[in-house]
Amino acid sequence: MGYKLNRATTGLLSVLAGAALAGPALAAQPEPWELNMQPAATPVAEKMHEFHDLLLVIIIAITVLVAALLVYVMFRFRAAKNPNPSKTSHNTLIEVLWTVAPIMILVVIAIPSFRLLYYSDKAADAEMTVNVKGYQWYWAYEYPDSGDFEIESRIAARTEAEAVDGKIRLLSTDNPMVVPVDTVVRVIITSDNVIHSWAVPAFGVQKYANPGHANESWFEVTKTGTYYGMCQQICGSDHGFMPIEVKVVSKAEYADWVKARQAEAGITPETTVASALPAAPAN
Amino acid sequence: MASTAVAHGHDDHHTPTGLRRWLFSTNHKDIGTLYLIFAVVAGLIGGAMSMLMRLELQETGTQFITNHHVFNVLVTGHGLIMVFFVIMPAVIGGFGNWFVPLMIGAPDMAFPRMNNISFWLMVPSFSLLLISVFVPGIGSDTGVGTGWTIYTPLSSSVPGVVTHDGPAVDLAILSLHLSGASSILGAINFITTIFNMRAPGMTLHRMPLFAWSILVTAFLLLLSLPVLAGAITMLLTDRNFGTAFFDPAGGGDPILFQHLFWFFGHPEVYIMILPGFGIISHIISTFSRKPVFGYLGMAYAMVAIGVVGFIVWAHHMYTTGLAVDTRAYFTAATMVIAVPTGIKIFSWIATMWGGSIRFTTPMIWAIGFIFLFTVGGVTGVVLANAGIDTALHNTYYVVAHFHYVLSLGAVFSIFAGFYYWFPKMSGRMYSEVLGKIHFWTMFVGVNLLFFPMHFLGLAGMPRRVPDYPDAMADWNRIASFGAYIAGASTIFFLFVVLHAFLAGKRAAANPWGEGADTLEWTLPSPPPFHQFNDLPVIKPTAHH
Repeated sequence: MGYKLNRATTGLLSVLAGAALAGPALAAQPEPWELNMQPAATPVAEKMHEFHDLLLVIIIAITVLVAALLVYVMFRFRAAKNPNPSKTSHNTLIEVLWTVAPIMILVVIAIPSFRLLYYSDKAADAEMTVNVKGYQWYWAYEYPDSGDFEIESRIAARTEAEAVDGKIRLLSTDNPMVVPVDTVVRVIITSDNVIHSWAVPAFGVQKYANPGHANESWFEVTKTGTYYGMCQQICGSDHGFMPIEVKVVSKAEYADWVKARQAEAGITPETTVASALPAAPAN
Repeated sequence: MASTAVAHGHDDHHTPTGLRRWLFSTNHKDIGTLYLIFAVVAGLIGGAMSMLMRLELQETGTQFITNHHVFNVLVTGHGLIMVFFVIMPAVIGGFGNWFVPLMIGAPDMAFPRMNNISFWLMVPSFSLLLISVFVPGIGSDTGVGTGWTIYTPLSSSVPGVVTHDGPAVDLAILSLHLSGASSILGAINFITTIFNMRAPGMTLHRMPLFAWSILVTAFLLLLSLPVLAGAITMLLTDRNFGTAFFDPAGGGDPILFQHLFWFFGHPEVYIMILPGFGIISHIISTFSRKPVFGYLGMAYAMVAIGVVGFIVWAHHMYTTGLAVDTRAYFTAATMVIAVPTGIKIFSWIATMWGGSIRFTTPMIWAIGFIFLFTVGGVTGVVLANAGIDTALHNTYYVVAHFHYVLSLGAVFSIFAGFYYWFPKMSGRMYSEVLGKIHFWTMFVGVNLLFFPMHFLGLAGMPRRVPDYPDAMADWNRIASFGAYIAGASTIFFLFVVLHAFLAGKRAAANPWGEGADTLEWTLPSPPPFHQFNDLPVIKPTAHH
């Protein structure tokens, strides 16, 4: 139940963050001289950011402590200043201290770490499912809740010359995955050739597409916009050229898009099946 | 032992020369030298591959690698060469062979002939890997383009799928078999030597930390490499004899390969760094003129790292699709490793505390190691968390992390050890000025190279890609410039060594003074062909 509260809190946070960015639609992609993660677009990514911020404080503090100690001993105990070394080689108290202190720090890390891990694992109440399949070298998205139509998503611009009409080189596709905003989407990820990895940094989602396995992940995007990712497991010569583009639209726009895809695929809306039911015959 | 050595008297003292000495060598120091030369040669080849990658990645778009499979071959070759043919031969075969017998007061290794075959297996092994670059990998594209993890099905031969259907992967597998056999034989040799050939009075608890580090490393090798051998043999039969260990179509599972690979692969990363821990301890102690702080804690921290290192492998597989409870376990187990590692870092600083520190070349490499290994260590703590690794797995953040602990950790420990022991091994002093120029150029180069990779990884740049979105151009350009500086520094290192051989002063038996209190400094520089015919006796008052 604490988890519901967390969602509400992060929702509020994302509203504030959205206000700060002063833009309704978010285009999550890497920026020049980027120092940190792409802006979060889902509650999971929000929590990842919070956790990473905590980790960053801890690891910078540790690194600065070690660096400061090194600089101090190098200055204070240089041969010119300290010609006669001490022969101390034991101090039980300090040895216990530097064993126990790191354990305490790890406990501080572990608690939010496990909360994030279990929260991000699986959607408890998915509203729709998209089946993601990795090919060499493109992605296909299947919509089992809407008559099982499938779209294939290939890289749109490999070169500078092809990156026209708002297409982003190496990130845009000819046919993006489309999902509605504020909807819990379950993705079932697989492959029937080699291993790929379906990753959208702004969603905080990454799962391998393994042949012979179906992996599950989920996201609930809180802002409309276009989000990008790249295949993150080496899969052959075009591993760097199978981007992931997800267009997040309003629910009404999504319904229109689904109708258009169904018409293309020759599916009448009556045949729409829930993902729990057997898949419709292949078209 | 002592009586045997005396009975044979001076007849054993003739030194073989030429091919007899180097080809048929059974002398631990000569074999150590061969290993070090081997590691330098392999390092130049593996380093050249990384330079080609950085040249390609310096700008967006395609620079000169028009066939992307070639880029994947470079990625794979660089990884395999640096792991199996540079770091391992340098720290275990090189320094281990040279200094374990000297430090424990033994005349040689326990099995000198086996030591010879350990080294000479490495040459055909490396040859097979290099040949694999020129034979068909995928279709008519030559070489292995799988990454050093050789994940199947990409590394397998699956009809109708773009996989490695050519013989390149078979050659790479046979290469790893030979290198693995070499390491297993070496591990048996080290364990036997350390358990049975310590000088009278040298109990395990008085043994120098470098010997401890090699002992732990040898056990990791002995227990992990057979698992790799099994995995790649299964891959070999999947590829060639119709088995389906890893093929779902035949009831197998590609994830099984990942488990087997990382059950070897994670101990492997400690195999690369533990000897470095030992080297650094001696250097810090020598140039602080103080005994190592918390000797027993340091020794057992390495044992703890070795033991826990066997039960954390699946933190390399957080996005593979493991159950959430499994990931929680591996998160917890992985974080535990930070504790013994922290003990080591703090004990090194405590060794310096109160010391009388001289900033010789090996010492500044060692201090550089402590700082850079800490940076690599804390990003390891970040990656240990499955929840955040979901975002960072297979990005440049991981590349930055493991280069900070290996390229800046293990490699810095190798250079530190090289400068520390070079006078002992060669009988010549190197130039302090040149050694320090080597350090500072390398320090600047590798930090420019690898620090920006953290930012690229956080922003989502995948590893093993030959091109990247335009927004990532700036950090990539800086990384490439850093690589060129590090590359130039490596060439400069060859000059430092050449200069030392041609113009270096003769080295005394102990050029470092009273802080250097291990047995190798009691012998002349270079040591005689056979040493310790009369075994040294270690008195219980030794300060450890």
